[in-house]
Amino acid sequence: MIELVKNGKTLAEGKYIIEKKPSSLKWILMFAFPVCLFILCLFLGRYTVSPGEVFSILGYKLLNLPIEPYWSETAVDVVIRVRLPRAIMAALIGAGLSMSGASFQGMFQNPLVSPFILGVSAGASFGAALGLVFELPAIVIQGLAFLCGLIAVAITYLTAHIYKVTPILMLVLSGMVVSALFQSLLSLIKFVADDEEKLPAITFWLMGSLGSVGLKDLAIASLPIIVSMAGLYLLRWKLNVLSMGDREARSLGLNTELLKALIIIFTTVITSTAVAFCGIIGWVGQVIPHFCRMIVGPDHKVLIPATMLIGAGYLLMIDNLCRLLTPNEIPLGILTAAIGAPVFAYLLRKTRGGWH
Amino acid sequence: MSVKLSIRNAGFGYHAREMVWRNINLDVKEGECFCLLGPNGCGKTTLFNCISGNYALNEGAIYINGKNVRDYSILELAQTMGIVFQEHRAPFPYSSLEVVRMGRTPHLGLFGTPSRHDTELAYSIMEDLGIAHLADKSYTHISGGERQLVLIARTLCQEPEIILFDEPTSHLDFKNQAMVLHTIKQLSQKGMTIIMTTHFPNHVWKVGTSVAMLGYKRMVAQGPVDEVMTEQNLSETYGVEINIYNAESDHKQIRFCDPNLE
Repeated sequence: MIELVKNGKTLAEGKYIIEKKPSSLKWILMFAFPVCLFILCLFLGRYTVSPGEVFSILGYKLLNLPIEPYWSETAVDVVIRVRLPRAIMAALIGAGLSMSGASFQGMFQNPLVSPFILGVSAGASFGAALGLVFELPAIVIQGLAFLCGLIAVAITYLTAHIYKVTPILMLVLSGMVVSALFQSLLSLIKFVADDEEKLPAITFWLMGSLGSVGLKDLAIASLPIIVSMAGLYLLRWKLNVLSMGDREARSLGLNTELLKALIIIFTTVITSTAVAFCGIIGWVGQVIPHFCRMIVGPDHKVLIPATMLIGAGYLLMIDNLCRLLTPNEIPLGILTAAIGAPVFAYLLRKTRGGWH
Repeated sequence: MSVKLSIRNAGFGYHAREMVWRNINLDVKEGECFCLLGPNGCGKTTLFNCISGNYALNEGAIYINGKNVRDYSILELAQTMGIVFQEHRAPFPYSSLEVVRMGRTPHLGLFGTPSRHDTELAYSIMEDLGIAHLADKSYTHISGGERQLVLIARTLCQEPEIILFDEPTSHLDFKNQAMVLHTIKQLSQKGMTIIMTTHFPNHVWKVGTSVAMLGYKRMVAQGPVDEVMTEQNLSETYGVEINIYNAESDHKQIRFCDPNLE
């Protein structure tokens, strides 16, 4: 029956099987997870706004519905200026970091890789610390962090790029080298920083927080993140092919160098933006893909959308906890690690360290 | 029959001073099952890697359909030639159907994903090879021979004109060897052009139509299987005395060889 194949014809009817897809209930639940937490985010907080008020304010402000305002100006500020941008940012960054993690895990053929493996977090931390120590305005600090994240990854990529190819092992190793370099520079800045004000500022910044995110931050950060997420989404099936190794992927007609470069660019823009606006949020990009692989399996065609949904919901959940657990906000990075690391350990136990 | 692949005055060395081999000339005609026979370490796999486009030759050229391999893009090459590699590491437990479907990559754009037609095609190829029952099994959990068949199915999914095999039976037990050789023979009988490296001379009689015998650093002989596979050539290729035996079993003539240990 090889002739059939050669001519590229379809089969005689009745001889195909329908693609296995995770059940629709699974997808409904996965979709409901971030949506419910997003809504919860708008309701919950120290300043009480009733659910009715929240919906009315949203309808009035965003959809221009003809509702007679019966709420206080503070309620509008809290919902529109504080909670809404924060919730959107949490969802975007959670989704972005998780997709980046899943993409890198596919590309590096290793399910334990984090999206920070090429040194983006070390670079961005250094940039932010530099800005903080010179007391630059917030937007400049964010710009510096973003830029240094990109520079760190660019150095990693160029170091790994030998003989016209970029072997995975070289990427991992040069990522370690560049991370170490930027971490030492960060330490240098901490060492010379004034320990009354600037050192604590740097330390807090590095712990990560969504607390200061406003509408303006959201406007700047959302575009690069969404564009890069769309890029990763479109490339998701090619990750399957790429994960078979460079040589095989090339024999299947894939331009592996181009694909790797694109994936690195997309993930770096996402992670660098995330670190620039919200500090270092560890463990999300590692744990969520692993968790999703348990739910939908290893096929990146469904894994990437799953990580997007679960990642968004997960960070919304963690951020809610950060805001509500204690009178003072807990830095985000603390909780993502404190929750993420044990969850990861549990997943590893459950899958017996394996992914086979 | 037209020449599908030809190698002219080829030479390759990892270092310029030390060539693995040179002056290699080969012609593979359409529909042939061309075996590249030689002992371990003779440079078979290196030659294989040059043909597959992984290494660039230091001297000479390789032509596929009359066009230099160097002038092929990655995509064009994948549309013309499918490759079944020897060692194969499996990072994620994809289903076998998913792995077979990856063979559609050269027919999809950069952002493309396989359509339902692609999935059906992949499944029909698995049916043809008799491995449809593996479709939803994780390909990390099937036997080595079955995995080889899945990879052959993936290669067929590319709809290539030539298939390259690198020692397709090297790590397999008898049953799995038989399974893979049987499939290769079937493909060959259906007219597929096949090039395969092997270090088992007996497999050449089983599936080959032409053979090139690569000794250390040089080509010992090449041509149709029955003319070239002589005791003298085999002994020279492997550097050990080899005897050829003819036997009959169930009215079937078979020929095999064995090294002389005395």
